[in-house]
Parts: sequence; C-alpha cells; structure tokens
Amino acid sequence: MFHLILFLFFGAICVAGAVNLLVQSHPINSALSLIVVMGSLAAEYLLLGAEFLAAVQVIVYAGAIMVLFLITIMLLNAGKEERTKGSRVAILIGVPGVTIGAVLVAWTLVGPSSTTHSVSIGALWGSPADIARLLFHDFLLPFEVTSVLILIAIMGAVVLASKPEAVARGPRKDEG
Amino acid sequence: MVSLSCYLVLSGILFVCGVLGFLIKRNIITIFMSIELMLNGVNLSFVAFAAQWHALSGQVFVFFVMVVAAAEAAVGLAIIIAVYRTRETLNVDRVNLLKL
Repeated sequence: MFHLILFLFFGAICVAGAVNLLVQSHPINSALSLIVVMGSLAAEYLLLGAEFLAAVQVIVYAGAIMVLFLITIMLLNAGKEERTKGSRVAILIGVPGVTIGAVLVAWTLVGPSSTTHSVSIGALWGSPADIARLLFHDFLLPFEVTSVLILIAIMGAVVLASKPEAVARGPRKDEG
Repeated sequence: MVSLSCYLVLSGILFVCGVLGFLIKRNIITIFMSIELMLNGVNLSFVAFAAQWHALSGQVFVFFVMVVAAAEAAVGLAIIIAVYRTRETLNVDRVNLLKL
C-alpha cells in the first residue's frame, strides 16, 4: 500500500513534469521541468531497488547533463519559440498518431495477456558492489569502449563548438 | 505491492511525451530535451524488467545508456552552438539549407 502511494505520487510528478515540458514555450522552463522528471525518476528507481542507478541518475542526468543544457540555453540567449506552419502540421498529424501508439502499448502491457510480476518495496536487491562486480568482470570491454567514446565526444565537442576561424587557421607555425 | 506493468505504463507515457515533444516543438534545444525524455522512459523500463527477472545486467545497461546520453548531449549541444553561430536562429524550420 505504502509502495503504491509512493509510486503514484512520484509517477504523477513525473508525468506532470513531462507534460509541462511540452506545454511551456520557453526552453528554460522546459529544461527545469525535465529536471523535475529526472528527480522523480530517481525516486522510482529507489522504489524498484536500484539504489546505485538512483544516485547516478541524480548526479549524471539531473546534475551534469541538465547543467550543460541550461548553460547552452543561457549562452545562446534562447527566447520563446515561434509558431510556424510546420508545427501546426506536426500537431495535426503527430498527436493522433502518438495517441494510437500509446493506447496500443498500454493495452499490450496491462491487457489480459500481460505476464509481468509485481514488486514490493522491501525487496531491495542488487547492491552497488554487485553492480561493480558485474561491470568490471562481465562488461569490462564495453566499459572501456565507453571511456574511448567519452574521449571522442569531448574532442568532438571542442572542435564543433570552437570558432570556425580557429579551426581553419590551424596551429600557428611561429610558436614553440 | 505494485505491478510491474504500472512501471512499464509510466515509462511508456514518458516515451510518448518525448515523441510528442520531438514532433511538435520547433526549438532545437527543446527537441533535444525531448530525446533525453525518451531515453529516460526507456531506462525506466530497463530497470523494471531487471527487477522482474532479478538480472543485474539490466541496471548495467541503464548505466551504459546514461554514459552514451552524456556523450550525445555534449556533442549535440556543440552542434547546436555551431548551427546558431552560422544561422543565428534556433528554429528548426529556418534551418532548411545544407549550405549557406
């Protein structure tokens, strides 16, 4: 019962934040409501027993990634979004299509053929030590590959965001 | 006790909100945030299925998704900055030429 109340509470916050992201016209309001969604998702992870992921969700997603978004919005001084002809077409076609898709997914999940179990709040399992053992034994190669990916992403971000003249000019000859 | 299908429905709602935002939003940064919302919805279903089958590899996969999302956010926002520098707009309807 307690689990259900907590699930409904944080789920309602989550959905409200996601809908608010769609309704707001200023990107900074959308970014702040996305932070709300991520914070309540961390609470949902805790309810499912994934305590490590809840911490990583708050630190990496709600912390690092969203700060990156907010800094970009402030750097580019983004204003209210303007309505154009294309967006009206997207609403007319997109909303019914998405609704049909959502109903299909929900019907598959909660319909009579659903085979999902239920989870209770006391059944916490999978400590960070277990995840670390899995991560550094079975998934060692993907882990190292992601570190290379992060390195490439850093270099790509620096090259893409630098001034075009700085890239075209290249390193100066008279230095060193 | 909460049925796991409730978690899956919540994740589906988040994913659908992300798809909707991707379709109806015109600001390129908000579109990018909708993609993050979709990733979050998928992560929740990963964790729910990991809880159902008591398989920790589901949680490790969510960890990898987060790492890839972080790399994607860094590169994507750099691309947005580069687009804004050349076009001086964030509206995707005005970014309709391959070459200026």
